[in-house]
Amino acid sequence: MAVEQEPLVQVRHLKKYFPITRGIIQRHVGDVKAVDDVTFDIYRGETLGLVGETGCGKTTVGRTIIRLYEATDGEVIFEGEQLRSLRGSALRQMRRRMQMIFQDPYASLNPRMTVGSIVAEPLTVHRVARGAEKKARVEELLNLVGLNPYFAARYPHEFSGGQRQRIGIARALALNPDLIVCDEPISSLDVSIQAQVVNLLKDLQVRMGLTYLFIAHDLSMVRHISDRMAVMYLGKIVELTDRNEIYLNPMHPYTQALMSAVPVPDPEVEEQRRRIILEGDLPSPANPPAGCNFSTRCPKVMEICSQEEPEFKELKPGHWVACHLY
Amino acid sequence: MTTDAKSVYVPLWRVRLSLFLKSVRSSWAMFAENPIGLIGLGVIVFFGLFALAHPVLMHTDKVTFGLVDPIWERRVYDPNMGFDMEISFHPSPPSARHLLGTDPQGRDILSQLMFSTRWEFVLGIVSAVITVVIATSVGAISAYYGGVIDMILMRLADLVIMVPFLPILIVLSGMIEVGIWELTLVIGIISGFGGTTIVIKSQALSVKVKPFIEAARIAGGGDAHIIFKHMVPNLLPISLLYMMFIVTGAIFSEAVLSYFGLTEIEMSWGIMINFTQTQGYLLRFDTWWLLIPASLAITIMCAAFYLVGRAMDEIVNPRLRRR
Repeated sequence: MAVEQEPLVQVRHLKKYFPITRGIIQRHVGDVKAVDDVTFDIYRGETLGLVGETGCGKTTVGRTIIRLYEATDGEVIFEGEQLRSLRGSALRQMRRRMQMIFQDPYASLNPRMTVGSIVAEPLTVHRVARGAEKKARVEELLNLVGLNPYFAARYPHEFSGGQRQRIGIARALALNPDLIVCDEPISSLDVSIQAQVVNLLKDLQVRMGLTYLFIAHDLSMVRHISDRMAVMYLGKIVELTDRNEIYLNPMHPYTQALMSAVPVPDPEVEEQRRRIILEGDLPSPANPPAGCNFSTRCPKVMEICSQEEPEFKELKPGHWVACHLY
Repeated sequence: MTTDAKSVYVPLWRVRLSLFLKSVRSSWAMFAENPIGLIGLGVIVFFGLFALAHPVLMHTDKVTFGLVDPIWERRVYDPNMGFDMEISFHPSPPSARHLLGTDPQGRDILSQLMFSTRWEFVLGIVSAVITVVIATSVGAISAYYGGVIDMILMRLADLVIMVPFLPILIVLSGMIEVGIWELTLVIGIISGFGGTTIVIKSQALSVKVKPFIEAARIAGGGDAHIIFKHMVPNLLPISLLYMMFIVTGAIFSEAVLSYFGLTEIEMSWGIMINFTQTQGYLLRFDTWWLLIPASLAITIMCAAFYLVGRAMDEIVNPRLRRR
């Protein structure tokens, strides 16, 4: 567990609803509750892993924090400053401190720009450096992510997926940000390259004092890089705790099911391992079940679960769970 | 990661140049596979040389400082003012002296045809450039902002498509003197806000949702930065393609307007046909040399640009590629 617990980002009751409209007058008929009342902190210098199945809203959380999406409700506080109220140049200044690494390294680099100008883009738009200074900084950044500075004059299509992701990382680092939102940065890479990129991210974190919000669905990879982990289900965080705690002592039934799906690299343990198979499908986020979101699939469902929404409470120091069992 | 290149440092411009040449070569290889495109390009090159030959044949003292006599005497062969006094009756049929004959005022048809070609190129290409600049900007802005701005620009495009193009030009020619430059500007602007915009906008919509646009926003880029640094460069291939089709349209419109006598252009293919008509030779097949060269030139030139456009379409639009 991180020793000094100074929150860099505080997320409070964050909600992001995407409106569903119908007809030619765009009548508002409902909302997709992609993120529904999420509260957590990201401490300075830590990696917070955010896991959950496809469509549970983990990417939306990252994008709402970084203001690619405007939140519907709630607060995001970055070092004591309300992010949601920032406009214009104040927002642009704040963008220098928060960057993002994208999922798809093939689409996140403009095919018509050289690698050098892609990496230098944050420097250019913020007018931080120009001319020889900019060139030197780009070379430094490319070196930092393990690419040859000579590549600056080439175009993205000449690179492999792992190399492109390194270019994306170099771009994110250009302005010396505090927070980097990693939106599934490894899920479109080969397994052999995944480890390289994750280790690069870890290495950079130590060297530059970065804070990561690491969004992924590969549990073993998240465990490898994260200090703490948050598990999301249908727009809500169901459990948030230290990464070892969540493996050894998962409390929420959904987390237990999720963790039981991780294979163990030991045949004897693996044989005795009991898998919890969830039944049914993920309910639609446009029409979530009443009470606890997970009540329709929970193996330990009780009567109260379909009536009352569980509170997200701290059961042990640093271990938050939203479940009626406790 | 290899570091072999560290020792040999190549300047950036040379890398860019070699990349550019590489892409030109690969595009050319694709283009050359297509006989349609090659025929079109050949015709355009021929017309280009045809246009360039005119000042050479007619050269003035400005070019040769009076040292060499021009092949075509200005007095006889000038496309606008020339008159051949050695022939008693005009229009005269093609002869060794006048390869395509003379018109009712004794002017050389071939000279007129060559002189006009130059202006057709200027008209076609300049108006196509204007169109593409407008259509690309409007399309990108419309796609990027969406909402009210998109609605206004797209309804404007609908209006431009809906209102027929030639009647507008006819009305306009009643209000202002439509010379070659005015016509170029009007054609460029009107086609810039019309159908081309809609095509480019639809392309821009697919560029807008690419993650690199989001990456630029997170990097702190403003709207103008994103539109002109990220979206427009990705729209250029399709814009260049549409340029070819607009050249065709511009030349055709000029011919029609000039035929009706609505332009103030001194000499063009359309004017040549117009003159044939006003002199009463339009439907007389015994004086075919007055009508056929200009009409054929219009048809072939328009077809050539269209064919090149079609061949480029296959390069720009990978779905049409046959391999």
